[in-house]
Amino acid sequence: MTIAESFDALDPVADCRPWPRRAVDAAMWSALAESLADGARTLLGLWGDQSSVHMALLGGTSSVAIASLDCVDGGFPSVAAHHPPAARFERAIRDLFGHRPIGAPDERPWLDHGRWPDSAERAAQPYAFLPAIGEGLHQIPVGPVHAGIIEPGHFRFTANGETIVRLEARLGYVHKGVEGLMAGSPLARAAKLAGRCSGDSSVAYSYAFARAVEAALGVEIPERAIWLRALMAELERLANHLGDIGAICNDAAFALMLAHCSALREQVLRANAACFGHRLMMDAIVPGGVAVDLDARGPHILRDLVAKIRKAFPRLVELYDNTASLQDRTVAAGRLDPGLAARFGCGGFIGRASGRAFDARRILAFAPYDHLEFEVPVLTEGDVDARVWVRIREVEQSLGLIEQILVRLPAGDSSTSIGEGSGEGMAIVEGFRGDILVWLRLRDSVVERCHLRDPSWLQWPLLEAAIEGNIVADFPLCNKSFNCSYSGHDL
Amino acid sequence: MRRILFESLLRRPLTEPAPALDDPELRALASEMKTRIDAFFGGSLSIRMVDAGSCNGCELEIHALNNPYYDLERFGLKFVASPRHADVLLVTGPVTCNMREALRRTFDATPSPKWVVTAGDCALKGGVFAGSPAIVGGVNEVVPVDLHIPGCPPTPTQLLKGLLALTRGPRGSSPSG
Ligand code: SF4
Repeated sequence: MTIAESFDALDPVADCRPWPRRAVDAAMWSALAESLADGARTLLGLWGDQSSVHMALLGGTSSVAIASLDCVDGGFPSVAAHHPPAARFERAIRDLFGHRPIGAPDERPWLDHGRWPDSAERAAQPYAFLPAIGEGLHQIPVGPVHAGIIEPGHFRFTANGETIVRLEARLGYVHKGVEGLMAGSPLARAAKLAGRCSGDSSVAYSYAFARAVEAALGVEIPERAIWLRALMAELERLANHLGDIGAICNDAAFALMLAHCSALREQVLRANAACFGHRLMMDAIVPGGVAVDLDARGPHILRDLVAKIRKAFPRLVELYDNTASLQDRTVAAGRLDPGLAARFGCGGFIGRASGRAFDARRILAFAPYDHLEFEVPVLTEGDVDARVWVRIREVEQSLGLIEQILVRLPAGDSSTSIGEGSGEGMAIVEGFRGDILVWLRLRDSVVERCHLRDPSWLQWPLLEAAIEGNIVADFPLCNKSFNCSYSGHDL
Repeated sequence: MRRILFESLLRRPLTEPAPALDDPELRALASEMKTRIDAFFGGSLSIRMVDAGSCNGCELEIHALNNPYYDLERFGLKFVASPRHADVLLVTGPVTCNMREALRRTFDATPSPKWVVTAGDCALKGGVFAGSPAIVGGVNEVVPVDLHIPGCPPTPTQLLKGLLALTRGPRGSSPSG
């Protein structure tokens, strides 16, 4: 048995549910990092705690576990030294907790821009972008404030004429200290914060947070709440995919698709407001169940919505498929290599458009998805076009899921009291963008530490790879097809 | 595509007659504003959006203003890509420490006369993020604010009402500078 294999045999630390957390030593930690590098495991998350670091791992196809290492002398062996996808996590850990990744390939700060009251001294230095040396190369700095209605971030392009030879993103501009605010918060406040990590994924974050709390406290919620949560999650996915499909086409200078898709999106948001009292369904999912139940009108409104979209959407798909000028922009643009997607454990439509068949609804099969019929579309082309098609297929799947949920929605209570308690829990939920991971430790129903990992952490770095060799003018299109979250990443 | 375009010609537009059908005041307001904007800006008002640290919920609803239901441009309001072209800065989010300078610089890059409108509860005093050492606080800690549109996020209708009421804001028609 190798060291990494013996990890699975270790006794878990008490009380982390539903997946085990195991304390490891430095040798085992590094062995696990190597198992990430050789592809035996996939990195789900890496985060700091007061005096330790935690790493969530996906082994085989669906076994999840957490490894924890106490930091000795404020340091821990770098995971990124073996497995580069861990690099930004480690830089963030150092910025937020001061634990130093020993042997890390990249020592630059990440979230700390030298502007916080307690910024590290090293963060006050001008940020050292990676060099690109060669004849005729020039740099184009873009952001943090962008042209358009979009979140802030800085992109540094190095181009040779029109062609991008390197893109480096610098993020962290919208870091609000969410995890810092969570520590010491009662559950109601923490749930509100969770729902505001990334507004477009408010439902998915609230969903993951609530499930992590319920896991920690061992609470079973009413059946009806389980189904209503999935209903909201599918409505959120539907609205975002519709918006994205339109916006991607618009970035390829085809505004007609945007007009039609944004009208459909608007209809979803109006149905959300009519059924759940809020267009983005913020704060509708709470620990213990849901805060708003679907009333008698709800199913009619939603059936109506599904029927309207089923009627309008196929024509838009046809339009997308048959417009040569649009296809000319999306096919073969911004190609993400399937090998890289697998290595990064990249989730969501980005991963699935590059051959990685991971969807938490299917792989981790949490309720009620284990009782629902749906397909997980997977393509291997990895280009902008594939990312559009995965979204198109997922729109169709979500419509089917909404119909199934409406048929099978059980009657009864929609929430239960979660009581008081302490414990540790984790949950992984499939948001529209990919898998969101929430891990937390509660003491007397107050959050002691909560970590929320946006899917974008494992997607942003891949945009840099996908854009290489494309022309500068195609960046907005490629970026939109990724649609990573700035706020969810920066927290 | 031909079929879709052809149908668009025959079908009534999705665009709703007024932002809030239940709000008789609005039509009057819109036309009144148009007169004022005419006086100031010769018929149109250009808005530059700045996210100073939002959760992106506010951006989604600001985006919605451009969909066929709200169609912001029919009011002479449009989003522009550069602060140099802007008359109004529409700012969202609590201002993070990491965005403070960028917001200030965007304000400075906007020619006078100019207004600052904030959207969303966080922009007022930090909202749910108040108290975090990583944020500066509300937008008015960094740039002068003329009008605030509340909500988390404000609905497109609220945004539209706010933008249309701009010249009736707390500071009347005198812009930020
Ligand atoms: S007001 Fe609400 S929706 Fe807007 S940025 Fe703040 S938390 Fe997000």
